[in-house]
This record gives sequence, structure tokens and C-alpha cells, in this order.
Amino acid sequence: MTNPSIEAVNLSKVYGSFTALSNLNLKIEGAKCVGFLGPNGAGKTTTLKIFTDLIRASSGEALINGFNVHTHKKAALASVGTLIETPEIYPSLTPREALGMVAELRGVPHAERRKRIEDVVTEVAMQDWIDKRVGKFSKGMKQRICVASALLHDPRIVLLDEPTTGLDPRGMSEVRGIVKSLKNKDRLIFMSSHILSEVSDVCDEVAMIDHGKLLVYDTIQNVTAKFSGGVNIVDVGLTRPLQTGLLDGPITKLPGVVSVEKIDDKRIRIHCSGGPDVQEKILAGLVGINIGVVSFQPTSSALEEVYLNLIKDTL
Amino acid sequence: MAQSSPPENKVPNSMAQVRITTRYTLLDYTRSRRFAILLGIMLLISAVLTFVVAHYRPASFVSSGPLSFYSGWWGMSATFVVILSGIFFGGDAISGEFQNKTGYFTVPNPIRRSSVYIGKWIAAFIASSIVLFIFTAITIANEAYYFGLNVPWQFTESFLFAWFYLMAVLGFTFFFSSLFKSTSYSILVTAILFLFAFTLIESLVSDLAMIEPWFILTYGSQIVGNVLDATYPLHVVTTVSHFGPRGVAVTITTFSVTIPEGLAIIAAYFVITAILGLALFERKEFN
Repeated sequence: MTNPSIEAVNLSKVYGSFTALSNLNLKIEGAKCVGFLGPNGAGKTTTLKIFTDLIRASSGEALINGFNVHTHKKAALASVGTLIETPEIYPSLTPREALGMVAELRGVPHAERRKRIEDVVTEVAMQDWIDKRVGKFSKGMKQRICVASALLHDPRIVLLDEPTTGLDPRGMSEVRGIVKSLKNKDRLIFMSSHILSEVSDVCDEVAMIDHGKLLVYDTIQNVTAKFSGGVNIVDVGLTRPLQTGLLDGPITKLPGVVSVEKIDDKRIRIHCSGGPDVQEKILAGLVGINIGVVSFQPTSSALEEVYLNLIKDTL
Repeated sequence: MAQSSPPENKVPNSMAQVRITTRYTLLDYTRSRRFAILLGIMLLISAVLTFVVAHYRPASFVSSGPLSFYSGWWGMSATFVVILSGIFFGGDAISGEFQNKTGYFTVPNPIRRSSVYIGKWIAAFIASSIVLFIFTAITIANEAYYFGLNVPWQFTESFLFAWFYLMAVLGFTFFFSSLFKSTSYSILVTAILFLFAFTLIESLVSDLAMIEPWFILTYGSQIVGNVLDATYPLHVVTTVSHFGPRGVAVTITTFSVTIPEGLAIIAAYFVITAILGLALFERKEFN
């Protein structure tokens, strides 16, 4: 079986005098999670809507696994799970029935259908509501069912448009957990989001778009290295307060470290040059100094810095 | 460790997807409040008619035999029940997919939009038919009370015409529903057209311009009531009346649709609006 892929070829969308998307060329292939970033009106949702045949491109092609979404919709979307904006479900149906409809439309075998539905509903923590009518659900509950719908047929590609919108903090965390688990299942995930920490947390690569034009597409490490002056930021958690003198001494002298700042007694922030290789050496160095390292987490600040450098306007 | 790719499900063909859409949409319709309201209105109409006929015993209903009874009861109200069903189930069937965002749940699946449209149409047709069947049963029960169970062939014909008319009404309301993205606009426009505008245009065109209103759907629907008349009305009746002291002559022309003509009008409306509605839904964007 070939690698899952999505590809935009000279993709444009024009509404009268407004260009929502301008000659977007983007090819994403293989099992990975790609964050799609950009300000409001940048063209993120437009792109995802074209890839799900909710709107048509003015020119260019949207291909999924090599199939044009508009001309060969069934073949293109057969192995794709989608969540675009916040869909509504027919209000008199229960989640079991609504998901049953999607399962049947997607050809999930009859023998597996019931278990698949119960599994995905449990995955989004809605099992107690599986036989209640959707019309009475809150927005967040509906969003969970729609996430379940996107995962129902075990898709190879998942397209998500701001999937944590409308969810409470626990729901957001659970959806991020689901996305991370999909990464481990060899899936391609393309996810738009406004939340940079979310993208940093779950995505391997990032595509940034503004005014309908792709600004950059690369791994998060490469993007942050390239557009934030080559500097990455790592937050380090400690089990005990840092001894005076260590900050300006051995830690700053570790190879790759540009500067170190103290966030509080038990947390420091290291600005370093280089990618994962350098960070691995810094971590080994910190452990060697024996300062009680308990966490070592690249922050979203670096991505935020890149975002703010590349995208100057909010609209 | 990376897991292997899941097996691809075999997406059902379009006919099967139409059946699936129909089944679940019908489930949604029959549980909905609007279905209960429509049933309530139909039962209210039936109750009023039952009371009026039982209490006042109008001669046109109970003195001339079953055909006259059906003509009074069914001929007067069947097309109204059909129109209400069309507005209730078709008025926002497609616009609701946009405004209520239910389309975001169904359309991104590997399914043709035409399958969604046709599936919803069939579901609306079945739900409306349930209402029409219940009204028919109440009509027959009342007739049986006065005359014994005696269903003349003209009533069977009239019932089939009403059912056929329901197809055209739903085709038309679905088409109008595809034109709009607002559910209230689409319901309002179809309601105004069927309850007022068509009848008004029909009267103006025939009475004043003396042109047969063959292009109006409600004109075609006259066959539902006309077929129950003891003698089918003449196609064109011209009456000259004299008014005032000078006896000014005024000519009034009344048109009654013939059965083949009525069937052709209903069929044409169904086919044309179905094609236009489908084409609109295929092209419309979820912005």
C-alpha cells in the first residue's frame, strides 16, 4: 500500500475580488502530523474545505492519494476522516445512529460496525450519551461526536480544522491525545489550529499560510531553526532549586547553549542553536551536572517567534 | 512502532448510499417536532370536517352518495394537506444543510451530493406520504360511517393524483430550498408561493387575461378535486354577464384543467425542478 498523501497543485480560490487562496503548492506524504497555521482569513479553512469537496477550487487541483477530490470524490475521500468547522448532526438522531449512518456510507463492514461505533464513542468519552438524542447536546459534546465520526472508519488520512474549538480543557487534552495516538498508528494528519502550543505539542511539521499564500512548510525544528535566528527554546524542569553560580557557569558553557534564563527556582529556559542533536547533547550535559532534571521540553515560544516574524497582520 | 495501514473499506455504490441517507433522514423526520405538528394539523382538519359533517349534515356531503361525499371532503382539503407536507419537509431540506451545518457532517464523506439530495427527497416523500395515508384513512372511515365502505374508482384516481402532486410539490420545495442558504427564507418563499401567489396568479391570468394558466402547478392540481365531480368540468366555460342599468356585458372565462393536461403539468414541474434542484445543490458551496 502506498504512502498516504495529500497534494495541492496551484490551488486557488477567488471570491469576487478577494483571493482566499493563491496558487498553493503543497505536498504532504507519509505518516506524520502537520500543523497548518495562519491568521484568520489566511486560507486554512478554505484549503481544508476544498480537500473535502465542501467548496470548489477556482483553479488548480486538490489530490488525495493521487485522486482529484472534486472529480473522483469517492476514491479520494474513501480513506479520509474529516472534521471541518463544527458540523451539526441531525438533531433527532442519537450518536449511535448518526455514526451508524457514517459507518454505512463509508462501507464499514456490518460485523464490525457496532464495535467500531462503541470504541470511537468511548475514545471521545461520550459512552454515557451514545443513545441520547444529539439535539440536546452542547457544542463541545457535538464536537466530540464529530471527532468520533472522523475516526470511525480507521482512516489513513485525517483532516482536522481546529479540532479543539469549543471543547473544555479536558476535551482539548483528550483530542490532542487522540491525535498523538493516530501518529503512532501510521496515519497522516493535517490539522489547522490557532493554538501554537498545540501544534508544537502534537505536530512533526508545520505549514504556515498568510493571505492565501504558503510561507513555509518544513519540520518544526527546521522552521524554528531557520526563522528564529537559528535559536530553539527548551524549558527544563528541576527537582530542586538551582544552585547559585550554575546558571552562568557550567550550563551556559554547554555546547550549543546561547543563553540561559531562570524562570523560577525549579525551572530554567535555555536558548540553544541547533536541532534535536544539539538538544540531546545539552540534556546529557545537564544530567551530567546533576541538577535534578525531571523535564526537558522544547517550547512553543520558538514557533511563536517564527509565527510573529513571518505573519505581520492578524487579518 | 508504526502499525500497518488499515484495510480500505469498500464504499457502497450510489444507490446504496441513497438508501442509507433515506433511512436515517426518515428516522430524523419521523422523530421531529415538525412531523408531530404536521400530524396534529392534519388531525385537526379531519376533526373539524368530522364535526361539521356530523353536526350540520350538509346535503352536498351526505345526501348524494359516496362520490359527492369524497368530492366535498377530500376534494376540498387533500391538496392543502399535500402543500403543507411539502412546505414542512421540503421547505428547508437543503437550505438546512447549509444554515444548520448538517452538510458539514454528511458531504465530506465519500458520497455524491446527488445521493444526499435524492435520499433526503425520498425520506421527505415517505414522511409526507404517511401523513397523506392517515388523512386518506380518516376520509374513508367517515365515508364508511355514512354510506358503508364504498370507495368509488374516482376516489382511487384522485388519491393517486394527490400522491403524484405530492412528488411535484416536494420537487418544487426542494428546488427552492436549494436556492437559499437561509431556512426561514426558503420556507417562507415556498409557503407564500403555494398558499397565495400561485392561486392569485392563476386567477388573474384566467379571469382577466383569459389565458389558460397551464404554467401554474396548482392549476394542474385541480385534477385531484375535479375527478370527483359527477361530471368532469368542461375545459373552457365562457360566461357573459350583464351588469348595471345599461346591461354592460362582461365576459368571464373559466378554465378547468383536463386530466392529461394536469398530469403533464405535474410531471413537468417534478422533472424540471428535480433537475434544477440537483444541479444547484451540486454547485453550491459551503462557505
